[in-house]
Amino acid sequence: MQNLCSVGRRVPKLDAVDKATGRVKYIQDLKVPGMLYGKILYSKYAHAKIVKIDTSKAREIPGVLAVLTGEDVPEIRMGVYKDNRPLKTGKVCSYRDEVAAVAASTPEIAEEALKRIEVTYEALPAIFDPEEAMKEGATLIHDAHKSNVLKMPWKLHYGDVAAAKKEAAHVVSERFSTTWVTHCCMGTSGAIAEFDPANNLTIHSNTQIPSLAQKDFLEALKTMGLKERRVRVIKPCIGGGFGSKLDTYAYEYIAILLAFYTRRPVKVEFDRTEEFIATSTRQPTITYISQGCDKNGRLLFRDISMILDNGAYTSWGATTPSVMMMPITSLYRVPNVRYEAKCVYTNNTYAQAMRGYGNPQATFAIESTMDMLAESANIDPTEFRRLNANQSGDVSIQGLRITTCGLEQCMDSVKAHLEWNQPKKEGEGVGMASLIHVGGGARVYKSDGCGTIIKMDDFAKVDLFTGATDMGQGSDTVVAQIVAEELGLEVDDIHVIHSDTDVCPWDVGSHASRTTFVAGNAALGAARKLKARILELGAKQLEAPMEKLVLRDRHLIHQDDPEKKLEIGKLLRKAHFSHGGQMLMAEYFYDPANENMGKDFRGNMSMTYTFGSHGVRVKVDTETGKVKILQYVAAHDVGKAINPMLLEGQVYGGVMMGVGYALTEQVISEKGQNMNPNFRDYKILTAKDAVPIKAPVLETYDEDGPFGAKGIGEPGCVPTAPAIANAIYDAIGVRIKDLPITPERVLAAIREKQGLDLCGQEAGKDDDQECVIEE
Amino acid sequence: MAKEITFVFNGNPMKTMIEDHWTLLHFIREEMGYTGTKEGCGSGECGACTVIVDGEAINACLYLAAEVNGKELLTIEGLAAADGTLHPIQKSFVENGGIQCGFCSPGMIMSAKALLDKTPNAAEEEIKEAIAGNLCRCTGYVQIIESIKAVSGHEEEPHVVAFSTDERDRGE
Repeated sequence: MQNLCSVGRRVPKLDAVDKATGRVKYIQDLKVPGMLYGKILYSKYAHAKIVKIDTSKAREIPGVLAVLTGEDVPEIRMGVYKDNRPLKTGKVCSYRDEVAAVAASTPEIAEEALKRIEVTYEALPAIFDPEEAMKEGATLIHDAHKSNVLKMPWKLHYGDVAAAKKEAAHVVSERFSTTWVTHCCMGTSGAIAEFDPANNLTIHSNTQIPSLAQKDFLEALKTMGLKERRVRVIKPCIGGGFGSKLDTYAYEYIAILLAFYTRRPVKVEFDRTEEFIATSTRQPTITYISQGCDKNGRLLFRDISMILDNGAYTSWGATTPSVMMMPITSLYRVPNVRYEAKCVYTNNTYAQAMRGYGNPQATFAIESTMDMLAESANIDPTEFRRLNANQSGDVSIQGLRITTCGLEQCMDSVKAHLEWNQPKKEGEGVGMASLIHVGGGARVYKSDGCGTIIKMDDFAKVDLFTGATDMGQGSDTVVAQIVAEELGLEVDDIHVIHSDTDVCPWDVGSHASRTTFVAGNAALGAARKLKARILELGAKQLEAPMEKLVLRDRHLIHQDDPEKKLEIGKLLRKAHFSHGGQMLMAEYFYDPANENMGKDFRGNMSMTYTFGSHGVRVKVDTETGKVKILQYVAAHDVGKAINPMLLEGQVYGGVMMGVGYALTEQVISEKGQNMNPNFRDYKILTAKDAVPIKAPVLETYDEDGPFGAKGIGEPGCVPTAPAIANAIYDAIGVRIKDLPITPERVLAAIREKQGLDLCGQEAGKDDDQECVIEE
Repeated sequence: MAKEITFVFNGNPMKTMIEDHWTLLHFIREEMGYTGTKEGCGSGECGACTVIVDGEAINACLYLAAEVNGKELLTIEGLAAADGTLHPIQKSFVENGGIQCGFCSPGMIMSAKALLDKTPNAAEEEIKEAIAGNLCRCTGYVQIIESIKAVSGHEEEPHVVAFSTDERDRGE
């Protein structure tokens, strides 16, 4: 193994000092001279015709510069399916539908103007249950579509599931459901749009996809009649992403439209209520799963059909089945797999990408039934998993090439840390669940690439321009460490610029846990080019063969004669200030050799896969149904930890988000209306809920990864819910199949097992009152 | 209605005109122009706007600016020395991975400061209690709690040199 200086170190995040001192600027902190404030009016109905919008009273208010409705603006189409518009015309399909927008000189005036807009609606029948919405004759959400079921291709069948079912000695068939949860970024959404006199657009926006957003906004400009214009996307510091910024949204287009019509810069910034109501959630799912094994415990088949509540419009949430296919076909060795997912329009809020991208929903069903199947086959659940574990060198039935796989070692680590086989106290239980996730990019777009440009100054300081977006996860630091390592510099010598499409090269976006792998390889490629030139220059200066020279401690050093050395900065100055002088710059675009999925969804979507196993010890209070996590272990095969401290941060944060998903978080939707748009009622975990987590790391050195690394951004929250559900079953013998696992649900399951009703009475004995416990 | 208040802002006595209805958060961010104090919810639920008034950590979004009259106000901008030397709590957050997206960090650090000023040897449970009102979505709180633990027990204001690469923990 190489002797590494920067890679593998617990280097603080590059911008941590600026963040600790409050110096960094988020969208909330930005003001542009002459800036107006934009506000959005949302629908009062889940489904209604817009009969009339009277904006005259709003326009009369001094300080109001523009009031726009859908009728006033060109027909910009947005979203994955182009079924959404920034301002709605004709009808509204959900409570979060934007019906009008105002630009005014102050936020208060804009707010006041919204109150003066009079909208006349005519209510339409609404539909909130996707299974109802699928039925023949159900109210149509979009009149242009003949059915509420989206025309999405999510269907595969490998092997022969029917035959395998007949052959199986043990079969488990169950229904699982997951609900809406939301990202809860601490920094709310916002954008500032500004046109120059030639109608080129500059937009400051929280986005995880600067290059794709640039393309979306260029299209919008075209629709507005502004062809051949330029769009510059500038990212301020981002207050959390988690997938929420993977699409372009109505508020961004509204900022653009208001700026265009007022000829002034316009800022639209969400308050917390809007952040809860008008940003997209994780995709809710209903999963019907059947898994079977032979008498020795070998998995024979997996048969899954899913219904996804798409909400009223289509964003990336509708494409999450493409990622769900990965655990469905390839978490453990399964020879026969069938999967179908239907995305269904309803009048609910629409879903988006969220950390794990469908994987947590699928893994909840898979790993819960793995435990049930193990019990049915009378095999220890961890042995059952080991028996079926993926191995390095496997090619899964979907065609995923498992280059390195530390799944078994992760399971061993979990068992050791949890003291799995030790006797348990009353009400305590242990549970395990594992994961596979893309760890080497994910080819969901035509390119999975990332560009990097590096330039070095006369003092060997580096400006590194990367396409990668940092939302706090630390991609800035990781690419700096990689470049510092390769060039023999200190991390402090590397200045990372990742914020501006005018200077940064293209990148498909910060998603799919791809940034360390893809942006890391792009940075490494550019650094290698520079290194070759430095060595070439140095060989002449030191009169030594290139292969004898190394870059270390900011110096060019002769391996055999360490006294023979030259400061890299000095070398660069010599190269610069001489006849025919040169500066050192390099660019590199890395596009991994992963494959787009074929028609039957076979294809190696990622260069490598991250594996992991989570284990948890819980205590369940059978009187209250409350679940307490006593210990949590999240072991991952990460290839190589470029920065163990930041990596642990990703795992800890992911696990806590997963614990929230499992136990406490849900958007309470009452006929399409968000009933808990605040932190009092939407329960993300607090420091007092922090669980004791251990995050053992296994390094398998993936040969395609930068210094062997795989991605780790999402896995932390993937198998959390099933690990907890399995531990609850182990503790008290009840199986919860719906998320979140609230005390009410646990208690109801306990009562049901005891043959009691929800109020603890024997069924039929308590006649006076109906027993109802509201969740 | 406008009125004059006198208070100490990050160690500097000052006199200024304010409106009665201004929240302290509005005053700090919009009128004074110090944006280190964040607004995460505007209703006292997330703690991103935590500042210290006369030694107490408070949510600036729920506190009227008029109430700082005659008091000492400390914001995140007042923690590091003028030469950039970080406060030990800030330094600890930096070095222990207590910061990811950073939006909760100023509030979190101010809550930690208020705690450690009163209870220098704070135990883990006291730390969790003190930051229970500061929400963080990135870290799972683990490294935040570690960051505060690492400086609890230290006497106030030991000599700390500005953060540099040389001081980073190079071990694993």
